Amino acid sequence: MALAKLQKQLTSLLPRRCLITDPAALKPYECDGLTAVREIPGLVVLPESETQIKQILAACLEQQVAVVPRGAGTGLSGGARPIADGVVIGLSRLNKILEIDLDNMAARVQPGVRNLAITEAVAEHGLYYAPDPSSQIACSIGGNVAENAGGVHCLKYGLTVHNILGVKLQTIEGDELLLGGPGGDPEGYDLLALTCGSEGMLGVVTEIWVKLLPQPPVKQVLLMAFEQVSRAAESVSAIIASGLIPAGLEMMDELAIEAAEAFVHAGYPLGAKAILLCELDGVAEEVAADAELVKRIAQAHEAISLVSAEAPADQARLWAGRKAAFPAVGRLSPDYYCMDGTIPRHQLATVLEQINQLSDHYGLRVANVFHAGDGNLHPLILYDANVPGELEKAELMGGRILEICVEAGGTVTGEHGVGIEKLDQMCAQFADPELEQFFRVKAVFDPPGLLNPGKGVPTLARCAEVGGMHVHGGRAPFAGLERF
Amino acid sequence: MDRDQTEVLIAAVAQAAADAQAISIVGSGSKSFLLPDVSAGAAGSGGRLLNVAEHLGIIEYRPDELVITARAGTSLKDIRQTLQREDQLLPFEPPAFRDQGTLGGALAAGLSGSSRPWKGSLRDAVLGVRLINGLGELLRFGGSVVKNVAGYDVSRLQAGAFGTLGVLLDISFRVIPAPRMQQTQVLAMSAADALVQMRAWARQSLPISGLCHLDNRLWVRLQGAESAVRSAVAKLGGESSSDADFWSRIDNHQHPFFQSEGTLLRQRVAPAQPLPENWDGLIEWAGAQRWQFQKESASEPTSDWLPFDHRFARAQCQRPGGNMLLGDYQQRLRRAFDPQQLFNPELGHADSAA
Ligand SMILES: Cc1cc2nc3c(=O)[nH]c(=O)nc-3n(C[C@H](O)[C@H](O)[C@H](O)COP(=O)(O)OP(=O)(O)OC[C@H]3O[C@@H](n4cnc5c(N)ncnc54)[C@H](O)[C@@H]3O)c2cc1C
Repeated sequence: MALAKLQKQLTSLLPRRCLITDPAALKPYECDGLTAVREIPGLVVLPESETQIKQILAACLEQQVAVVPRGAGTGLSGGARPIADGVVIGLSRLNKILEIDLDNMAARVQPGVRNLAITEAVAEHGLYYAPDPSSQIACSIGGNVAENAGGVHCLKYGLTVHNILGVKLQTIEGDELLLGGPGGDPEGYDLLALTCGSEGMLGVVTEIWVKLLPQPPVKQVLLMAFEQVSRAAESVSAIIASGLIPAGLEMMDELAIEAAEAFVHAGYPLGAKAILLCELDGVAEEVAADAELVKRIAQAHEAISLVSAEAPADQARLWAGRKAAFPAVGRLSPDYYCMDGTIPRHQLATVLEQINQLSDHYGLRVANVFHAGDGNLHPLILYDANVPGELEKAELMGGRILEICVEAGGTVTGEHGVGIEKLDQMCAQFADPELEQFFRVKAVFDPPGLLNPGKGVPTLARCAEVGGMHVHGGRAPFAGLERF
Repeated sequence: MDRDQTEVLIAAVAQAAADAQAISIVGSGSKSFLLPDVSAGAAGSGGRLLNVAEHLGIIEYRPDELVITARAGTSLKDIRQTLQREDQLLPFEPPAFRDQGTLGGALAAGLSGSSRPWKGSLRDAVLGVRLINGLGELLRFGGSVVKNVAGYDVSRLQAGAFGTLGVLLDISFRVIPAPRMQQTQVLAMSAADALVQMRAWARQSLPISGLCHLDNRLWVRLQGAESAVRSAVAKLGGESSSDADFWSRIDNHQHPFFQSEGTLLRQRVAPAQPLPENWDGLIEWAGAQRWQFQKESASEPTSDWLPFDHRFARAQCQRPGGNMLLGDYQQRLRRAFDPQQLFNPELGHADSAA
């Protein structure tokens, strides 16, 4: 009912092309990158201006209809998964770069601008936008803000929160909040930081000031192979402890290496149990000195091969395998499920071994390809949705992996967000008073609870149901017992 | 020194909450000059003072994790010395004011030093906190890993909140390796020219980690690998300075500039914004942070200039930048953490908007 009224109201407000109501046309919006969970939305609206967004939000408030903001739909946690009797606001048509301010090294962009498009637009000035999620050709900057997206280079250059200067946020009650700006560092409570990673639950981001950086003059990429996963993991800690911060430090295990090699022929050493890709950047003298240091560390950890790429083409080839790793693994199996836990780096070897044991226990293969320098794991669990029970098994195992991350002192999500996917695991990481505090924060911005409801933070009732065997603050009940 | 006062502090807040009695949170008092007199707050209205300086000690520090976790009362000096032994440091170079500041006070005030544009602000380095909210509940947000998007980012929200959202107990900060070499160059130049020069350098990849202009001199700090610093020195020119403490004296307001007459005003702006006429202040952060003293006779400065004293702290929690709408959200957020508005009443409430 409410939805029908809303549709009528919006039809009179917006051009016909902004509304999608036809069931076939609604289908592409039924899920985001977490394709296992789908729902056809009641209505999709594709506004073309900020004014229209405000009108849509006002109408939704009036009719009390839930709103799901959507960028490019590449999210991996179901954050943009629609609601059957709700509206999806797709932001893809707000895709203009509004201002490039070279003096202040900043750009003002609309939320639907693709991540990579920003760098492309400023490259001629020798500048770039640092956060580079692997999905950067497709994902939107608004979605990046909502997820606080990271990338291969966030070890040195930080996450989205470190690289934006301000946003314009529209609340469901019609307030327009300017948080930060080209001057950076806002006064008062840091609502800009709070907006980063808020998964579209506090407001709709309609403009973003991003920070631009000068392109580093020199880059060098090192590929190191190891006969043992543990030696590769120890090298990661040793590199960090040595006093240098690489631009990127990535790890792939045997299955991921084989898959990537078969797919893009990057020249990875087959037979190695793990490889590390280390990118160094900066001024020439510094990069040369750092590369020497990394090589010595690799040798001290019995690296079985070491390749250094200085020419851009060679570097691109080495990175190609890493960047294509997800689709490459996708060729090994009908389906895969990507996890996103983060752990302290010194726990890498232990946790990877635990994941191995889980893999044996559940009889599902796991490929690991991840941001080792940040301790951000991306175990890819291979399964076949057509085999009855396999999806459930994969989900069970994935949940268990995330709990292991919490037990190891880490978190259930490093960069993909909670969405609907990790609600149960949130119960393992947070106690009831913390969840209640989250809800009170939410209510400050969205008293009627209409923005992306049911995402991000589990209800206490849900956690009570999940209950039972959960860990909290690293203390599992019956910690001595084996739990698979 | 290692003292865990968690239980004592929870009990104190819970009692105050039950009695609806206000609490003024105090640490070492190193930043009291930034704040209104606490006797005007809780203590003045029959409330109590809650001293957190006794809750101290480093809880966990693993150099290979680039993270340090310590109790809020731990002195910044202790933290600095501990990190120094492993050739590491806090990226944001917090002012420690007479070397007495605490870690909790640093987070509450949210102040960053000279390296801010290059190494990030204090809030950028926050990874996790444990705090007691106004309901007397012990809450933990974030953690000790660098990437964490589980739940709203309540940890970073504490930066600059002056304790109005809760009693900070433990804090995890990201740390960075100390630079292998550091050198300061000084170039003679007017403020206007310096602003242009700073913006030009910002567009190049240079190992700069401090740019500050004062008294017709541009101070440049270079940090990094020895070879990189040397080649930058050759490129930028100027005279090398032997005043190694210059940057910390600026950060801690011990430089003679800060002893001038008048009210100290601070402005944060887009770094290239032109200077006002007759400028004779201090420019930091490659142009993005500026200081000047307001003389009695002078005309009112523009509204983005905030006094760096208690009115600053109050504005921080109440009417940021004079934007009433935003101020309203700030107040609602404050009540979300502290429904009875127990904490630091001297920093103002919604109904007492100054
Ligand atoms: C192959 C692949 C590789 C990936 N690699 C990475 C990686 O390396 N690092 C990483 O961090 N992520 C990665 N991701 C995940 C994903 O790309 C990021 O989370 C990205 O930020 C999502 O952007 P989007 O525009 O697709 O947002 P969507 O998926 O459309 O939405 C994501 C969330 O943001 C909200 N949202 C979107 N726009 C707005 C807005 N304007 N205002 C308010 N809320 C909004 C939505 O409601 C939803 O909750 C990867 C995904 C894929 C498919």
